[in-house]
Amino acid sequence: MSHPTLAQKFVDNKPRAQWHDKALWFVREKRDRMAASVPEWEDLRSHASAIKIHTMSQLPTYLEKFEANAKTLGVHVHWAADGDEHNRIVHEILKKHDVKKVVKSKSMLTEECHLNPFLEKNGYEVVDTDLGERIVQLREETPSHIVLPAIHIRKEEVGECFHEHLGTEKGVSDPKYLTEAARGHLRERFCTADAGITGVNFAIAETGGFVVCTNEGNADLGVSLPKLHIACMGIEKLIPRASDLAVFLRLLARSATGQPITTYSSHFHGPREGSELHMILVDNGRSGILAKPEFRRSLGCIRCGACMNTCPVYRRSGGHSYESTVPGPIGSILTPLQTPEKHASLPFACTLCGSCTDVCPVKIDLHHQLLAMRGFLDRKKLLGMSKKLSMKFLSGLLSSTWMFTTAGTAARTALRWMPRFAVYNPLNGWGKQRELPEPPMQSFRDQYAEHKKNSRGPS
Amino acid sequence: MTQTTREKVLANLRAALPESSPLPDLPVTGPWQTFEDPFARFCEVLEAVGGVCHRVKTRDEAHQHLLGIDEWQNAAVRISEVDGIGDSTVDITTIEDPHDLENVDYAVLHGHFGVAENGAIWVTDDTLKHRVLYFIPQRLVIVMPTVIVDNMHEAYGRIKVGQHAFAGFISGPSKTADIEQSLVIGAHGARALTVFAVDEF
Repeated sequence: MSHPTLAQKFVDNKPRAQWHDKALWFVREKRDRMAASVPEWEDLRSHASAIKIHTMSQLPTYLEKFEANAKTLGVHVHWAADGDEHNRIVHEILKKHDVKKVVKSKSMLTEECHLNPFLEKNGYEVVDTDLGERIVQLREETPSHIVLPAIHIRKEEVGECFHEHLGTEKGVSDPKYLTEAARGHLRERFCTADAGITGVNFAIAETGGFVVCTNEGNADLGVSLPKLHIACMGIEKLIPRASDLAVFLRLLARSATGQPITTYSSHFHGPREGSELHMILVDNGRSGILAKPEFRRSLGCIRCGACMNTCPVYRRSGGHSYESTVPGPIGSILTPLQTPEKHASLPFACTLCGSCTDVCPVKIDLHHQLLAMRGFLDRKKLLGMSKKLSMKFLSGLLSSTWMFTTAGTAARTALRWMPRFAVYNPLNGWGKQRELPEPPMQSFRDQYAEHKKNSRGPS
Repeated sequence: MTQTTREKVLANLRAALPESSPLPDLPVTGPWQTFEDPFARFCEVLEAVGGVCHRVKTRDEAHQHLLGIDEWQNAAVRISEVDGIGDSTVDITTIEDPHDLENVDYAVLHGHFGVAENGAIWVTDDTLKHRVLYFIPQRLVIVMPTVIVDNMHEAYGRIKVGQHAFAGFISGPSKTADIEQSLVIGAHGARALTVFAVDEF
């Protein structure tokens, strides 16, 4: 289904849509305060961008370096060309260790590979341990935001969900009480799991290690108890040096949630004594993105979610309307690159306002890419007839002065006199769910000419 | 011979490489944020994220302070890895399986230094047998010398990343805001974090 169709469902519930909008704007404002408190913020963004562009320009060399260093530390390194291969590798490792129960911390990569349904189909119990992800998992949904997976759900619904699954008191929706219940429920899972799966925030080529950031401590609990840790990462998560972490850790949490740093920034270098550490390096379309000059900078994304929190369309349409593991502005680039047929409407869920580009901590030129994506989809002949025809019509109209002024006059007059049904009908998308503004008596051009005439004083 | 996935991915990447672009220099000291009173700033940020920091002269002073905390007194299972501060009800050297630490109420562990800009403390696993102790106790005390660096660049200038199977920055107790953006302290890890900065470490 297209983004507008799915967004319709979201906006139909007005109080929820308004709450969603406000909640995310609140996060955006926290981010602004944090950014303003660091005098060298803009320099950090430039450094982060330069580090990522540099890394992409030597990615294979850095991957080889990372692999060699990780192996020296005793890490088992695997390579996966796509999501299926990634899932098969996880399955094989789990089988070898006779694993039944898995705890998983947040990893957008495993979401992208649809690891959970795959493992469940193969008889494993998989528990998402990030609170938001657990809520979403119990409700049999997918995350609607990459940092705030349950931002589309109200606390009363969490209360209902926990009453059903965790036996909390009916009708109670206090976040503190519900979090405490989840803590008890998940502790039990942590303590009985045979393996922990995590994502990776940053992998360091020069050391062969990687960093995982959480506030809850779920990744750490998940991998510090069982004898098996599997870390799954997209190959673009690499950075050259440990000192680069300073730049990225300063930017990540401030951009994501407006915190100075996440509670836990854990650096893993090799397995814990008596246990195994596996690392799966996943391409899944990334080398294809690197080959496209106009889109390759999207590989610099550190998944902070700042572009979603600021996006006026995302805030008002909800993450699920994108039908994409990564929604929002960055998702509207990454996802159509993978599945253009299914996601051709995404780059149009954008006003090209550029707010995403302004907040991106690695300075991805998001709104330029979103515009380029429209051309990309057009060249693939994936734009619908109505979009193409209206563009053709508009370009004709806008390139002729006479047609433009005449159309303007006609519209101003017609809108004033036409009966309501002639303006507010299914043919006019601009009249849906809103009142059109009263048309002005004069066009801007007329006003300007008149103003100029009147203000011309005696010479 | 058929190409392995590794060869295939690397070959695809090599065929797609953009032109080379320089890696920026990141000096340890340089154009980065510093603070007039780094310790005061460290405490302020730590408190803002739900932790608390006490500066003490000696370990004994920290010990006395700890004895005054109700939850410490009431803790049935306590583990201290720091000489002179608190005591242990379990002998951790006899514990082989980290799962046996499931019901630790309070742990007193080592930290190396603090970071003023974000209230984080650098910890490493060479100071204890089971790293899970940083995450599994209900409440956590971290004891460190009164050494505070201004920012993360200075922090990475001090540490050798890669020497420990586990190391990391901890800033405050475990928390979540996943239910309607309401901040709740005590998600999965410690419900409370007390830091002792000891002058005569």
